[in-house]
Amino acid sequence: MRKTTPYERVKLARSTDRPTGLDYIQNIFQNFIELHGDRRFGDDPAVVGGVARLNGTPVTVIAIEKGHNARERGARNFGSPHPEGYRKALRLMKQADKFGRPVICFVDTSGAYCGIGAEERGQGQAIAENLTEMSTLCVPVISLLIGEGGSGGALALAVADRVWMLENAVYSVISPEGCASILWKDAKKAETAAASLKLTAEDAKRLGVIARILPETELGRPPFFRALRELLAEELTLLAHDPDLINKRYDRFRRIGAELVKETV
Amino acid sequence: MALINFIKPKNQLEEGGRSAAIVQQDALEPEKTCPNCRKAIPLSRLWSRDLVCPCGYHFRMKARQRIASLTDKDSFRELFAGLRAENPLAFPGYTEKQEAVRAASGEREAVLCGTASLEGESCCLFVMESYFMMGSMGTAVGEKITRLFEYAMERRLPVIGYTVSGGARMQEGLLSLMQMAKTSAAVKRHSDAGLLYIAVLTDPTTGGVTASFAMEADIILAEPGATVGFAGARVIEQTTRKTLPKGFQKAEFVLAHGFLDGIVPRAGQRSFLAELLRLHKGG
Repeated sequence: MRKTTPYERVKLARSTDRPTGLDYIQNIFQNFIELHGDRRFGDDPAVVGGVARLNGTPVTVIAIEKGHNARERGARNFGSPHPEGYRKALRLMKQADKFGRPVICFVDTSGAYCGIGAEERGQGQAIAENLTEMSTLCVPVISLLIGEGGSGGALALAVADRVWMLENAVYSVISPEGCASILWKDAKKAETAAASLKLTAEDAKRLGVIARILPETELGRPPFFRALRELLAEELTLLAHDPDLINKRYDRFRRIGAELVKETV
Repeated sequence: MALINFIKPKNQLEEGGRSAAIVQQDALEPEKTCPNCRKAIPLSRLWSRDLVCPCGYHFRMKARQRIASLTDKDSFRELFAGLRAENPLAFPGYTEKQEAVRAASGEREAVLCGTASLEGESCCLFVMESYFMMGSMGTAVGEKITRLFEYAMERRLPVIGYTVSGGARMQEGLLSLMQMAKTSAAVKRHSDAGLLYIAVLTDPTTGGVTASFAMEADIILAEPGATVGFAGARVIEQTTRKTLPKGFQKAEFVLAHGFLDGIVPRAGQRSFLAELLRLHKGG
């Protein structure tokens, strides 16, 4: 069988047939209670968060939601959060920290929204604050990239103790189309860009960015979610007994690329 | 001919690097035309004014030149000077681009780090280099900035950082993106140790640098007229099909929206920063 190309992976990751963030929340957890708003400005429908139970244990869950059909996708801004989405997520993570609940994030976005209001209300600052604050949360954090991992807008929910990717998810600093049009002035070279950017789950694992690739066997069906539920529960048990969580989280990101940087004269 | 210098990159967010051409242009030109007042100013006069036009327009400045004019004479001690990344993802054309940019700029990477003093006040200092692939952040930039914050934390020194960046460096892909998380965690550790970090955002500060260490300082300043934003203005226009408001993403606009502490013209920066360092002594 021919191997899927990186650009085919990008298309698979973007497919509207995939389960979205809310599907994961509803199928993995019990008693989900949604908590709204960032307490600053508004409530971003592109980010869904709240409290729930994972096999009985209280957890905080946060997901970027793209929506399934045209109406939903419009209402969710196609899964591109505004600053309020990142601030809501941070509020819920700090709440989790206070009450000692682990945090589980589901990431699926083409990127943080590029808009006038988003800039006026500090999109960059909102993402930056998530990066600093997540680095020192005292509770375990697991982030799953379930579709598109679009640059800083995805990373803002993925400074975690465990970052996992679905087999056909992608994680990239820029979209292949954007990269191709900037570097080669030709969006049609997206295929080359996709291969060069090293954005597949295998690449991310090889580069030490993620720890685990989740197979997509029976994606979206009950056995898939059941397996994922058990995997998450198992991992959270491990992490819950780790007294050195914050230092290990620091080191995990600290070493990415460090050995590639060379001293020269 | 002088106008060539001021054509904005097609996309400031993830600029591919036009620096070689710009640097060469500088060497040939006896004068520059100010894009603000449209007057031609002799280069020698501009140099003596730290590249600020009499009308107040702030031209971009090379990192070493900025360090020389900002810090006490001979006080800058460069750290991690030799660090550079090769082409970790074997990205097409990147090795050649690096070689060209290194030759033209005389720098190994897009940030200079070290220790220095301002009016006798010691600090760690990083200054990003717009002439090196528009200050884009790859693994070497991320590593150098992270090391600087770690170094500052061990020695209990404040950090002053001058940013200029098109964002994360595309040619190092996912590794560049991860530098945002890495530098942010180092800033947080330094901050949690009770130490001061002041960022000065210069034109342009965008993308992954805005969304990480540029916006994480205790005190965030900017130069007049500097573009400060996350997404590039062109991308926003294309995405939203709306006319951008006047002065959009300029330092004055960002200040009015509450994301900057102040705007400080270049000429006053040394004494302004030195006073802030004195105010935080022992902190």
